[in-house]
Amino acid sequence: MSVIVILIIVSVLVAGGFLLAFLWSVKTGQMDDDYTPSIRILFDDEIKDLKKEKI
Amino acid sequence: MVYSLLDENGLCQYYDLSAMPGVTAKGRFIADKFNYLDNAAIQEQLIQFKLGDQVHITFYLPQIHCVSCVWLLENLSKINPGIIHSQTHFEKKEIKIIYNPTLISLKELVQLLSFVGYEPVIHLGGNDWLKKKKVNKKQLYKIGIAGFCFSNIMMLSFPEYLSNDALELGSLRHFFIYINLLLSLPVLLYSASGFFISAYTGLRQKWLNIDAPIALAIAVTFSRSVYEILSQTGAGYLDSMSGIVFFMLVGRWFQDKSYDSFAFDRDYNSFFPLGVTILKEGKEVNKPLSDLLKSEIVLIRSDEMIPADSTLLTDGALIDYSFVTGENAPIAVAVGQLVYAGGIQKGRAIQLEVVKPVGQSYITELWNSPVLKTEKNVEKSFVHPWSQYFTIVLLTIAIMTGLYWSVNDPHKILPAVTAVLIVACPCSLLLTVTFTYGNVLRWLGGRKLYCKNAAVIEAIHKIDTIVFDKTGTLTNHDDTHLEYRGANLTYQEMIAVKSVTRESLHPLSKMITQFLMLQVADITSFQKIENFIGKGTKATCGNFEIVIGSISFLKSMGILPEQEVEGSVVCLAINGIFKGVFKINHTYRAGMQKMILQLNNKGYHLHLLSGDHPTEKENLLKLLGSSIPMLFEQSPEDKLHYIQALQIKGHRVMMVGDGLNDAGALQKSNVGVAVTDQTHLFTPASDAILEGSEIYLFSDLIDYAKKAKLIIILIFILSIIYNIIGMYFATSARLSPMVAAILMPISSISIVALSALLSFAFSSKIRA
Repeated sequence: MSVIVILIIVSVLVAGGFLLAFLWSVKTGQMDDDYTPSIRILFDDEIKDLKKEKI
Repeated sequence: MVYSLLDENGLCQYYDLSAMPGVTAKGRFIADKFNYLDNAAIQEQLIQFKLGDQVHITFYLPQIHCVSCVWLLENLSKINPGIIHSQTHFEKKEIKIIYNPTLISLKELVQLLSFVGYEPVIHLGGNDWLKKKKVNKKQLYKIGIAGFCFSNIMMLSFPEYLSNDALELGSLRHFFIYINLLLSLPVLLYSASGFFISAYTGLRQKWLNIDAPIALAIAVTFSRSVYEILSQTGAGYLDSMSGIVFFMLVGRWFQDKSYDSFAFDRDYNSFFPLGVTILKEGKEVNKPLSDLLKSEIVLIRSDEMIPADSTLLTDGALIDYSFVTGENAPIAVAVGQLVYAGGIQKGRAIQLEVVKPVGQSYITELWNSPVLKTEKNVEKSFVHPWSQYFTIVLLTIAIMTGLYWSVNDPHKILPAVTAVLIVACPCSLLLTVTFTYGNVLRWLGGRKLYCKNAAVIEAIHKIDTIVFDKTGTLTNHDDTHLEYRGANLTYQEMIAVKSVTRESLHPLSKMITQFLMLQVADITSFQKIENFIGKGTKATCGNFEIVIGSISFLKSMGILPEQEVEGSVVCLAINGIFKGVFKINHTYRAGMQKMILQLNNKGYHLHLLSGDHPTEKENLLKLLGSSIPMLFEQSPEDKLHYIQALQIKGHRVMMVGDGLNDAGALQKSNVGVAVTDQTHLFTPASDAILEGSEIYLFSDLIDYAKKAKLIIILIFILSIIYNIIGMYFATSARLSPMVAAILMPISSISIVALSALLSFAFSSKIRA
């Protein structure tokens, strides 16, 4: 049964890791804007190539 | 022009992204307009951070509205190498730009933004948003920590709930309990700290606020749990305690959703330009508005605002006072006359001599009026009396329980009394309020009525009188139509008038040309034309001698009007005989009449105040009936005093207005609603902002806001039922941690769900 003690400590630590990740994300401003990044991901980077094709 | 700039830099893709990209070059691009940005003092106030050749600055760009906007703005660095990085925030409509001041000056940067169609709205002292952000983050930390602790405590409590001696936990039991105790500490000390602080400050002011019973419940729950754990008599109620804290924090966060891209607290400083161009020894010098002195000469270009009361020095002034007085049409002003701050020049560039400093001008003096100095009395939420009764009832039950058990079984006094305090936490009341108001705020926002906070919705419940402004509120600023009143014109006469008016650049003249264009297509040539700037035109055209212009101009020509002439009109005389007037009417907003009648039927006292001339009175009487008091030619002070008089009579007044002229009244009223066509521009200080196009829904929106109270009362009843069930267990000293752990989340979740459901149900009624 005593293995449960270790397992629970591990599980709390893992959950704590996620908590830290959350706190870190808030601190670095990842929660400031929850809309624009979803737009940004749709943009392509192919502008330069278009120009070359023309030439 | 914008296209060629984009093409040069290979950004043509912009036009592929959206069928209707950008509101291109909205607000004409005027190079000189931003000259004041060269002033170092102004720059310093705007720039957030400066390091070597990197400058960080944030602009508010209200024009951002689509994917293409974001794409273009984030690719600014490709247009100008001086821009190192640009990042937009779509919902706040902000752009953060890092630029190199050696390659591009602040002025050039703003010019570039304006050129591509995103003219920033610049006002000074705009760094408040930085503070706001930090507060918000703290709340997220608290929710995160409470959520983490709550879920882990809950999980580790399961063995305790389920252990029915069948499962032998042995020493593991203590291990679980002590971990729980450890996990509950951050909840108590950090996440719940807000409740304790608020309760403490409330008590110090000898006032029992809603946080007091919550703080008491948290403290009692925690201390009893600690006692049980240390005396090894039970597992305590740590799961319930952290759950309460978590749900309450989420509720507050949900309610505090604010409309980041709106500014509700604006005074005249936000309307006026930041800088002005003054003429000093024949040279144009830019300086901040606050440094503007008396008797300086100011240069005002087309579409710029007059910053202070001044005397006109040059010809060509045509001033739109619609924001100051509510007057419909631009007014021509002669040299030497006084022009008032807040007017917008519609003609060419003019020069003015400042008569009064900015703070003492006609319009700005309103803000210094003692009536406005008093803070709007923030009314206590109707929830607060409830919470006070709640606390009293709660304490009585606790004492009665204690008395009962002291007679029957003294051992059970402490468990029973603490159980009462644990179960009967007013959190269900608070959750109801926070979630319901949160839902209502959001839904109203979706219908383009943006309320400042939940207190505004409560204030709307109590409104019994609604005062409307006319110009810009019931009428539409941008949508005007011309009306001709007087003797009928023959076909030939119309051609002649049109041929004359099309020669002038005066905006009224242009409107007349367009008006006549609908009726006649031909044009004739004229023999002689004489323009009197700011007054009118005299021309000979075929057999007709046409005099067109202001009434005073016609009088100076020896022509007397045959009909009563009021308001802002253009008079026309042909061959020395007065023919009639062209009058500008603003069209009423769609659905306005229906909305007013709806409100009237619902028993609101309606009033109408207008700064305009009473020319429209007949029309309004026809539209709205004679039961509504209508007052015309009201100055901003008159409006303010009118509201005050209504309030003294015991009415609770909502003011619906739009311009600077309503600012005092909006501030004074119990609920000030600013109506605007462009939510980013010219919204005076107010409690709520309504988009003009949605005014037909206004009556429904008020109804909906009122429904919020009904929803809250319904859910209150539900939460009282939960409390009675809990009380049954508590007073009989049978509250096990398991019952508490089941009751708490069920009541919280069902309340949140019911609140969302009811808010949705009521909103769908309105849509139908």
